[in-house]
Amino acid sequence: MSESTTPLLEVEGISKRFGATLALSDVSFDVRAGEVHALMGENGAGKSTLMKIISGNYQPDTGSIRISGSPVTMASPRDAMVVGVAIIHQELNTIPEMTVAENLATGNEPLRFGMLDRRTMVAQAREKLARVGADIDPNRPIGRLSVGMQQMVEIARAVAENATVLVLDEPTAALSRTESQQLFELIRSMRSRGMGLVYISHRMEEVWELADRVTVFRDGQLIGTRDMRASGPEQVGPGDIVKMMVGRDIDDLYVRNAHQSGEVRLTVRDLTGPGDIGPVSFDVRGGQVVGMVGLIGAGRTEVARLIYGADRRTGGAVTLDGQPLEVRNPIDGIKAGVGLLPESRKDQALFLDLSVKDNIGMSTLPDHSSAGVVRNGSLLTAVRGVMDQLKVRSNALKLESRALSGGNQQKLVLGRLLLQKPKLLILDEPTRGVDIGAKSEIYRLINEIAGTGAAVLVISSDLPEALGISDELLVMRNGRIVATLDARTADEESVMQHATGVYDDGATTNETAGTAR
Amino acid sequence: MNPITDTTPDNPLPDTKPEPAAVRRGSVIAHWWDRVGIFLVLLILIALMAALAPNFLSVDNAINVARSVSINAILAAGLTVVILTAGIDLSVGSILAVAGVGSVLLAVDGVPTPLALLGGILIGAVAGALNGAFVAWLALPAFIVTLGSMTYLRGLAYSLLDGQPLVASDLGFRGIGNGSVAGIPQPVVVMVVVYAIFWFLLERTRFGRHVYAVGGNMEAARLAGINVKRVLLSAYMLAGAAAGVAGLIFSARVLSAQPTAGQGYELDAIAAVVLGGTSLAGGRGRILGTLVGAVIIGVLSNGLILLDVPFFYQLIIKGVVIIIAIALDSLKRFSRAGT
Repeated sequence: MSESTTPLLEVEGISKRFGATLALSDVSFDVRAGEVHALMGENGAGKSTLMKIISGNYQPDTGSIRISGSPVTMASPRDAMVVGVAIIHQELNTIPEMTVAENLATGNEPLRFGMLDRRTMVAQAREKLARVGADIDPNRPIGRLSVGMQQMVEIARAVAENATVLVLDEPTAALSRTESQQLFELIRSMRSRGMGLVYISHRMEEVWELADRVTVFRDGQLIGTRDMRASGPEQVGPGDIVKMMVGRDIDDLYVRNAHQSGEVRLTVRDLTGPGDIGPVSFDVRGGQVVGMVGLIGAGRTEVARLIYGADRRTGGAVTLDGQPLEVRNPIDGIKAGVGLLPESRKDQALFLDLSVKDNIGMSTLPDHSSAGVVRNGSLLTAVRGVMDQLKVRSNALKLESRALSGGNQQKLVLGRLLLQKPKLLILDEPTRGVDIGAKSEIYRLINEIAGTGAAVLVISSDLPEALGISDELLVMRNGRIVATLDARTADEESVMQHATGVYDDGATTNETAGTAR
Repeated sequence: MNPITDTTPDNPLPDTKPEPAAVRRGSVIAHWWDRVGIFLVLLILIALMAALAPNFLSVDNAINVARSVSINAILAAGLTVVILTAGIDLSVGSILAVAGVGSVLLAVDGVPTPLALLGGILIGAVAGALNGAFVAWLALPAFIVTLGSMTYLRGLAYSLLDGQPLVASDLGFRGIGNGSVAGIPQPVVVMVVVYAIFWFLLERTRFGRHVYAVGGNMEAARLAGINVKRVLLSAYMLAGAAAGVAGLIFSARVLSAQPTAGQGYELDAIAAVVLGGTSLAGGRGRILGTLVGAVIIGVLSNGLILLDVPFFYQLIIKGVVIIIAIALDSLKRFSRAGT
């Protein structure tokens, strides 16, 4: 890899605006032949926007893209593929009911007398798979393969279409350790064949293992690019990258409960629900923040909804402060002192057409009305109080909630819960899609609420967050709790091992690891 | 890091959020249009009619318009609540008939006038509650449920009278159709009272907030601890009760029980609600807008009659106005989504 060669892909001065938000601001970036270029940054820092631009999904507002030195415009993913840029998305792009060979041939099926030539198709598939060193039967339905193998098939397709630049978006998110190692080998072999690889990941150790260069994004800006092969004073350490990502030391972001947790407030015993959820058993103490982690679909949200009364339980017993928590609907849940921040703010929590005041006050109207008539003064006082606590400006009171940022919208929902003065607060992905400023604010609030003695259960897919703010971690898999960890000592790797059920030796645990208290 | 204010920039993904200042300006305009726009349309229409039809601007004609508007306006008031919950009620015309017929039959049977009036309103409320029960508990689409009840209630109105109108020239409550108080026709007084009640319900009570919440985001309303089913039931019941009141006025005006009463009225009522700025998607709209919407339809009909526009052209003009109103509604929503 010499400096003089023209990069395979160059973007220069790229900006992209959504409405009035600058998602990418004057970004210049390149990928050279024979390198792995890692992209890092918080969710929403601008990585995905950049990836969508170089894969033809978005058009930049300003700036240019050059492939091997010549300017190109990419109006669609198809255009990107033609010039040799392919992307492997986090969510797999395969059709599960179709075979591996059919998936590989999609859009380019070999025909014979106008009919599908199945034999040729399978032969071509074998060859494509061989090029990436994957030993997979082309006749198997792709949905029956592991995620890692499906990913191999996708890479095989990209390589077969002569991709020179391959973008991998969080490729190891759902892979076992063995599968990850196989993927790394494949990445190295593609690199040695002169391909340029863009590797997006949150996992520092992977980046350390693979990357030749690292570029960090924050708030739509390219913060910097570091040469990982540099030595001496130029040498970079993990701390430098983290600092670039968050703009400060990570310890300052997360706020962990300093107080002692008290008596057990919530007990859950053998709770089961529709869709093979449970049996699940655990406790949450007053003042304790318990994190619930696991892969998507592991059943975390379902458990939260069962406790709250949003869904019907099929079995088990739940108590709150020693009283049975028998809830048939959210009305019962709220009455019993449970507050839920739902997973999807826009679909399940916000009234976008209503004012900030109405949004915050909606669940506690009975406290501020007589004979069904709302006492406006009393409601206003309560809402103002909570807005101070949330640090939302009170001149926002009459604004429609749709006019607020995601972070402030989330704070409205939190405000609604604060007014309920819940004994148990369940927060499902409390910081999803909010900016880092609002995040730290939300962490502070969680800590504050726990400080008042409430039991707090936080569902999070953001592992550093879950590790950073919880006292205890419950790891869920397939509708059950498979591990209970001390969040102060656990690390991301061990959590992922429990969450995926795949350990260093590639062995899976049996389900009897079961319930943990 | 950033000071936390309501102008904190957010993630560009996927929760794209425009710059607050711009949004605020956009939403202020939308807000302003929501509140004032429809009044402006009414003023322009009145000015237009006054210029074209010489006898339009007179006290007599104004009273005439108000009286002719009252029945549709009362139907539309109830319908507004239903539409705010993102529902629809096609049966209000048929409820009007059944309630009107029922109250006349009660009066003719010698039931005291106040009880006959109450009976009519109750019949309407029960019919509406049945609609609401089907919509809320069986989760059936409101359009289908009320299409069905529109038909069976019409049938009921006919069967109560064996298919024949029943004349009742000495009806005890004929006053609310034809009488007046201090020069103001009684139907107009009733209309004002109905609007005062509905305004209070929607703007000042917990139920009102819940109506907007259910219509704006039903799942969020449920999770926020709102009894969604009860809200829906109440909304349809109120629409039925309002249609019952309209039925009383109708019967009193024609001094008879008419099985065909109120046929097609649901469409004018829906038009008034939509003209008044209430979104058919629910969660957004104001009761006073509906009143203005009903008056616009009334002024339009009245003016076209004064101008001797043939009936069939009146229909064409009315239809076009309704479509323009709905187009305005969707434009508003589009501009809101597009900011």
